[in-house]
Amino acid sequence: MKIITKLVAAAALCIAGVAGPAGAQDASPSSGFYNALKGKKIGFVPIAMGFNETQAWRTAMERQAAALGYEIIVRDPNWSIEAGIQAINSLIEEKPDLLIIENIDNRSYNRMVQKSIAAGILTVQTQQRSEIPSDAYMGPDWNEMGRNAVEGMVQACGKESGKNGKVAIIQGALTAPASLLQMAGIDEALKDHPEITVVSNQAADWDATKAYQIATTVLQQNPDICGIVGFWDVADAGIASAVKEANLQGKVAVITSGSGARESACDKIAAGDFSYYTSYNTAGQGRDLNAIIRTLLQTMPEPGSKPFDLVSPLIRINKDNMTPSSCWSLEELAQIGG
Amino acid sequence: MTRSRTKLTQARIVLGIAVLAFATFSVLVPDFLSAGNVSRLLQNVSILGILAMGMALSIIGRGIDLSMVASMAVSVAWMLAEMNAGASFAHAFGLALVFSIAVGVINGVLIAYVEIPPIFATLAMGTAIYGFGRVFLLASDVNYLPDDWQWLNMIATAAPLGIPVSVLCFAAVCGLAHLFLRGTREGRYIHMMGDNPQAARITGVPIRPMIVGQYVLTSLVALVAGLLMAALVATMNTRIVGSTYVYDIILVAVLGGISLSGGRGGAGSVIVGTLLIGILLNGMTMMNLGYTTQNVIKALILLAALTIDSLVNPRDEQTSQQGDI
Repeated sequence: MKIITKLVAAAALCIAGVAGPAGAQDASPSSGFYNALKGKKIGFVPIAMGFNETQAWRTAMERQAAALGYEIIVRDPNWSIEAGIQAINSLIEEKPDLLIIENIDNRSYNRMVQKSIAAGILTVQTQQRSEIPSDAYMGPDWNEMGRNAVEGMVQACGKESGKNGKVAIIQGALTAPASLLQMAGIDEALKDHPEITVVSNQAADWDATKAYQIATTVLQQNPDICGIVGFWDVADAGIASAVKEANLQGKVAVITSGSGARESACDKIAAGDFSYYTSYNTAGQGRDLNAIIRTLLQTMPEPGSKPFDLVSPLIRINKDNMTPSSCWSLEELAQIGG
Repeated sequence: MTRSRTKLTQARIVLGIAVLAFATFSVLVPDFLSAGNVSRLLQNVSILGILAMGMALSIIGRGIDLSMVASMAVSVAWMLAEMNAGASFAHAFGLALVFSIAVGVINGVLIAYVEIPPIFATLAMGTAIYGFGRVFLLASDVNYLPDDWQWLNMIATAAPLGIPVSVLCFAAVCGLAHLFLRGTREGRYIHMMGDNPQAARITGVPIRPMIVGQYVLTSLVALVAGLLMAALVATMNTRIVGSTYVYDIILVAVLGGISLSGGRGGAGSVIVGTLLIGILLNGMTMMNLGYTTQNVIKALILLAALTIDSLVNPRDEQTSQQGDI
């Protein structure tokens, strides 16, 4: 069957190729573009709906789907790996044309990705890279995120700052690859900066209250500390609160990262809560996802045959370089996203 | 209520271990003893302590409230969402208050009148509350304190006379709970119900309405803790519902000697349990011990406390017959 489909597709391409030059005066996209997308079914299994990253992707993807006439089916496993596996399984049964899976770590969904590819479904993984190649991966390079955090530390506490170079690190969940890879990036980059000393390295489980508690203890113990590095803006609001409470805002740099959502990023940078922010720009990621959808549905490769990565370009934001377009909001995305 | 005052009760054992831990950290960790650190130490466990006090109110009456974290997160997140949508503080707070009371009443009715065991009723309610909140009330998991209301953050992070506001709240909640449990008729009823529900009913305690009241109180204490949490870190992330936080809360309550079979313990037990956890967390963070190491040490010390209690105070006829929950 596959071979026949391919032959038909090849024949169609030949005809299109022959027909191409004849209609060359017409510069508008070929009807092939619209036909490739119209009426298609795309499954999306996020880690959970209801937070910045997944909501932004969904908004951007649904905008394009509405414009081009295809359907996005969202199955929300709400942070549960088991529910995620069930959601992917049921989607595979429904045979969508393309399946987008947000990995919860670098391992749990490996078999599901293989199963989806074996079922002949174009499969895309996001945010967390697994060792199993699929048709595309879209997400940040977490190691680069870590190296970038060190850049923030050096700016605030390095040789030229005249400060003592003491920093504390408050990680996410210790077992999460996003946290592990960022930490590896930090360790790697810190080798070039012996002037920076890490006086405390703790994990707050992506939780603002825990981050706050650790930060208050760290500030109490090291009131002369120069900076605190967190791994996720939403949790690091807790670090900012602790710094404010200790009357050290402006004296202790808060270095963080995340989606670049206006509420959790730019508003807090403007308020002086965060001093250095690395954004993987979820609005841009939504556009990347849409580009992957458009590309794969037009080229229709054999699932899993030509894997590629779209690594999210990072944006470094601080109070001085921040512009109105440094961050995004869901309302804006509903209007212009994707 | 058979333990005499001179006996080595669980609360006293835990207090002893807390003192021991405090002394150990004072030697091992420089600055541990400073006034600033002791107040931070208390501040960091205040919210946990308040929640444990609320949980204790349920447990003493031979119940348990596993929906407490969901009730706290959803009511406060809804309040923040309403404030972000432009509602006044009074309006938004009123909604959260009504929501909390409604949760308590539903819990109470399910347990007292429909007669579902508390552990199942509140377990299901926790999921229902979160689902209801996410479907009907909240657009996203994380809800921020609006800019106009940052003064709430200022109040929550203030420290009049060097005592952080959260510690004052914890003290106030414990004080009120103590007055309620020891000083009012209803408070004594809760103890009686926990000790022996049948006997309490025969002596004329209105058991069913009391159970409803007990869960409303627990839910209201959860609201207080939630307000403090949201004001302290300027956000409320409803994801906390899926965490193991509720077990930490139960642990703190049980650790200090609130028996899961009901009828035992009071505000003092919660304070002692909270102190031990606070000292351990603070000391180990200052020693910069790893997360997993911290968890292992914490678990071992908790097991030690429970083992000593089990050896010193062997189970009596009643608990061995009815089990713990």
